[in-house]
Amino acid sequence: MLVARGLTKEYLSGSQPLTVLRDVTFDVPAGAFVSIVGPSGSGKTTLLGLLAGLDTPSRGTVSLDGVDFGVLDEDRRAKLRGEKVGFVFQSFQLIPTLTALENVQVPLELAGRVTMRDAASRARDLLGRVGLGDRVHHFPQQLSGGEQQRVALARAFVNDPRILFADEPTGNLDGATGERIVELLQELNRERGCTIVLVTHDASLAARTQRTIRLRDGIVVEDIRHEQSPA
Amino acid sequence: MSAPGMSAGAMLRLAWRESRSARRRLALYMSSIAFGVAALVAIDSFASNVTRSVREQSRTLLGGDMTLQARAAFPAVVDTLVDSLATVGVQQARVANFTSMAFMESTGNTRLVQVRAVSVGYPFYGAIETVPADAWRRVHEDTVVFVDPSLLVSLEARVGDQLRLGQQVFTIGGTLGNVPGDAGITAVIGPRIYVSDRWLERTRLLSFGSRVEYDLILRLPASLASTDGAEMLKRDLRRRIDPRQAALEEAREARGEQERQGESDDANDSTASGASATPSRDMPVTLSAKDTLADSAAAAAGLTSTAPRTRVRIRTVADTEEDFTEAVARLADFLSVIGLIALLLGGIGVASGVNAFVSSKIDTVAVLRCLGATSRQVLTLYVVQAGAMGFVGATAGALLGVAIQFLLPGVVSDFLPLDVNVTLEPWPLLLGLATGVWVSLVFALRPLLALRRVSPLQAIRRNADPSALPKEWKDMARLIVDALLVSSIVAIVISRIGNVREGLGITAGIIGVVAVLWIAATLLIAAARRSARPSWPFELRQGIANLHRPANQTRAVTLALGFGAFLLSTVYLVQANLLSRVQASAESTAGNLLFFDVQDDQAAPIDSLLRVRGHPVAQQTAIVTMRLDAINGRSVSALLADTTVRRAGWTLRREFRSTYRDTLVASEKLVSGAWFASAAERAAARAANPDLPFAVSLEQDLARDMAVQVGDTLTWNVQGVPVRTVIANVRTVNWARFEANFFAVFEPAALRRAPQQFVIVANVPAGETVAAMQRDVVRRFPNVSSVDLSLVRQTINSIVNRVTLAIRFLGLFSLAMGIPVLFSAVAATRRARLREGVLLRTLGASRAQVARVLLAEYGALGALGALTGMLLSFAGAWALTYFVFEESFNPAVGPTFIIAAGMLLLTMAIGLLTSRDVYRETPMIAIRESA
Repeated sequence: MLVARGLTKEYLSGSQPLTVLRDVTFDVPAGAFVSIVGPSGSGKTTLLGLLAGLDTPSRGTVSLDGVDFGVLDEDRRAKLRGEKVGFVFQSFQLIPTLTALENVQVPLELAGRVTMRDAASRARDLLGRVGLGDRVHHFPQQLSGGEQQRVALARAFVNDPRILFADEPTGNLDGATGERIVELLQELNRERGCTIVLVTHDASLAARTQRTIRLRDGIVVEDIRHEQSPA
Repeated sequence: MSAPGMSAGAMLRLAWRESRSARRRLALYMSSIAFGVAALVAIDSFASNVTRSVREQSRTLLGGDMTLQARAAFPAVVDTLVDSLATVGVQQARVANFTSMAFMESTGNTRLVQVRAVSVGYPFYGAIETVPADAWRRVHEDTVVFVDPSLLVSLEARVGDQLRLGQQVFTIGGTLGNVPGDAGITAVIGPRIYVSDRWLERTRLLSFGSRVEYDLILRLPASLASTDGAEMLKRDLRRRIDPRQAALEEAREARGEQERQGESDDANDSTASGASATPSRDMPVTLSAKDTLADSAAAAAGLTSTAPRTRVRIRTVADTEEDFTEAVARLADFLSVIGLIALLLGGIGVASGVNAFVSSKIDTVAVLRCLGATSRQVLTLYVVQAGAMGFVGATAGALLGVAIQFLLPGVVSDFLPLDVNVTLEPWPLLLGLATGVWVSLVFALRPLLALRRVSPLQAIRRNADPSALPKEWKDMARLIVDALLVSSIVAIVISRIGNVREGLGITAGIIGVVAVLWIAATLLIAAARRSARPSWPFELRQGIANLHRPANQTRAVTLALGFGAFLLSTVYLVQANLLSRVQASAESTAGNLLFFDVQDDQAAPIDSLLRVRGHPVAQQTAIVTMRLDAINGRSVSALLADTTVRRAGWTLRREFRSTYRDTLVASEKLVSGAWFASAAERAAARAANPDLPFAVSLEQDLARDMAVQVGDTLTWNVQGVPVRTVIANVRTVNWARFEANFFAVFEPAALRRAPQQFVIVANVPAGETVAAMQRDVVRRFPNVSSVDLSLVRQTINSIVNRVTLAIRFLGLFSLAMGIPVLFSAVAATRRARLREGVLLRTLGASRAQVARVLLAEYGALGALGALTGMLLSFAGAWALTYFVFEESFNPAVGPTFIIAAGMLLLTMAIGLLTSRDVYRETPMIAIRESA
């Protein structure tokens, strides 16, 4: 489903080229739950950006469901993201001027595939599913961090994405709230068959995924498949 | 513009929701445009109101359907023609206008007044309002006069008192209210007196010496009153009165030329204070052409034309309408420039405000991009928001404009000879709105374009990326928007000014000022980068460093501030310069009491009256009236017909009031040739050659317009006697001085024996002595008019005060429109400043220290903007004074520095005000807001 081949990303630091990712290759099959771990500066976020089509590699390719991101321009990649990709961010990244319900509706409205009424009803269902059925008209600043991340989860799933990328989804949350978010991710992965790729520092969180790819200095140093299936 | 996949409705909904927290801020940025729109709507609506009122009241303005005007008694042919027209139902009324002295019998007080002697029937349209209301109907029955209320005050008189004009005593029958076609402001020059022309003979004021303007007003029968009918009659009358002049005017009309203002005018005549001269004695005029108006043919038959010298100007209702409409349009064009500058300044405010808005939207846009929004959808989202807020700003401006439109008639009613009916004008309103929305959109579009390039990666980056809004110089969309912006400015300016050349000139001027301010700001940024010294206090170093930090607003603030300072100072400098000239002229006059219309035999008695009472005579100037007959032997009629040489017609047709003397006076300066030789030399030369022409000195502008130079010969008709002269020199004249000034000055031998009158200027102690002197002279010589120059100064002051009020309004308007722009520009850096201030406070900086950092930054910005604006204003004011008003320029440096200091303080105050959260709140609250 997601295929990375020889991904290399270089930046210019002053006049010196800086390689933050070097020749990264792996496949992620449909329905998998994969974590990417590594210390700060190891290239996790850069890799996530490349896998999600947010950035273009210096060398190598990424393809999603057989479509090579490299041959698409930024607007086509955006469209593909709108159709197949969901995101969850460490800092939630809800649009502060929209209510919880409106935030969840945005991907549907941008894609324009459903009517406004259907969009609202689907968003409402998902917010109920993440336990926020009574907070739909609240603005992000009126919600706690955990609630905001649940809204972000609902938004990520509203389009029925084929794959979800989560960037440190529990990084800004306390232990219990983070735990609830992980459980939600696992449920959604299981129930909807959605592929999940998450980036984290948290070893215990990584251990709860099916597979962990470890990066150091931009190189894949470990690719472990966990035996236990997610609880 | 909505991308496929997202409906327009969904886009509008998203735009509306997404704008929730930014609406107020965005509306503030967009309000920069409001003042410009207000100015345009107010100017256009009021001009439209005036034009409509002119159309509705044009007959009242003229007093009839057609008028014939002359600056001397009408030629006999006019009387013949008009009398004959009576047979086809044309009615006539006459008005004689002249200045004279009004004398109170009871108190002996005197005052120079403007007399309007009207015949039965005047006015044919409209009514003269008086207090008491029905008093006017007595005007032709009793020896009554109707006066401006101000005359009663200055003469300490009341309605019912006796007032003498010349030899006739009148009763004051009432005061004047609204008079059709007569603007109230004319009373400032001299109070008006309306009297029946029945009594004119008895005053004996017009027997000799007064300068009179005659109006003959016609009321046409229905068959002739149409525009075409009146135009036909006008042409016919013109051909009969002066066929040669008619041919010239028709040729000019065929070429589409307008009659030059003042061409038939005797402005700048013998004296700025209105010294008069003898009306020319008209040649016997006859007419040979067959009259086309059936019944008047016989009256005109058998007469032959010998070119009348009195110019008769014929005006129809359509002419009045056209003149007024053109004058209003010209005034509106001039005021529009201020409105346009306000609009463009507003555009700069919008651009810098939207720039700040864009910076605050990077995160949201990055998320939207992650969620699948295309760059086009993102741009559309924010263009819709900007357009909507631009509409709000423009609507606020339009409403303000309508409010000003309704206030204007009260302010300018004295200056307009008609009642302006104020109504809502939909077209100017829509035009103002559309221009406002367009300008705000075009200026907003430039910064908004950057949002297309926000990377979705920004959503997963931990820190704000300075390259989040990358700029590409070759970005085609940006180049198109730049071209759209410049062409919009050019198109709007040209369409407002109505002249491509002037429009381009003004646009170039505006762009020049913007360029200078831009360069100054860029230099400041470079200087700030290089000049900071480690020895400076931390706050100063930090404040100066802010001027060159990434995403600084140094250019935007300098532009807004500099432009405001430039406008304000320019307006002030021009005003101060012109007023100081007028006041200096008034004060530099030799004496304080001026007598004019003094006849040859009255000069000596008045002179001795003054000397007996110990009042020195400062000046006694002879005035001789004449016309030009030939230049270098070619007759005036031949010259007028000759189109190969460009000569202004007024120089050939006008009646000159000239003088003779041996010396130059203080208000004159020689520019070419030499002054007259000594009397002895001239006498010797003339003895040797009795045909030697007399020497004459011409004023520079006259010589230029007449296309003559030193050495050319001019032949004058001095009341029937030809006088041949040679131009000995050309000189400049300061016409603004309250003295007798002349176009042509002759050597004494040329005119000494010609019929002449005098202007006498004396030094008389102010107050009661002046009044007593005037009283005694008027009692003995009723035809002699006198002016107390201190009153003239008061009059000037009162006119100047009214003009100053208007100028101050414009100045304050320029200042007011700069404030929202300044707010927008300063607000643009608010987020950056919040982050920085919070960081400083977290690191232990006190509120006072943070405030000092801000003061250093805004102090530097304010000083640069205000000083650059001030320097530019010196250039602008010099150019206006020198090229437009043709005066020398003396900069009022002190007050301009005060304006600059005011702008500096304003900038610092606005800077501190918009950043108050940084030093007012706790670091935690500020951290939350800046997050």
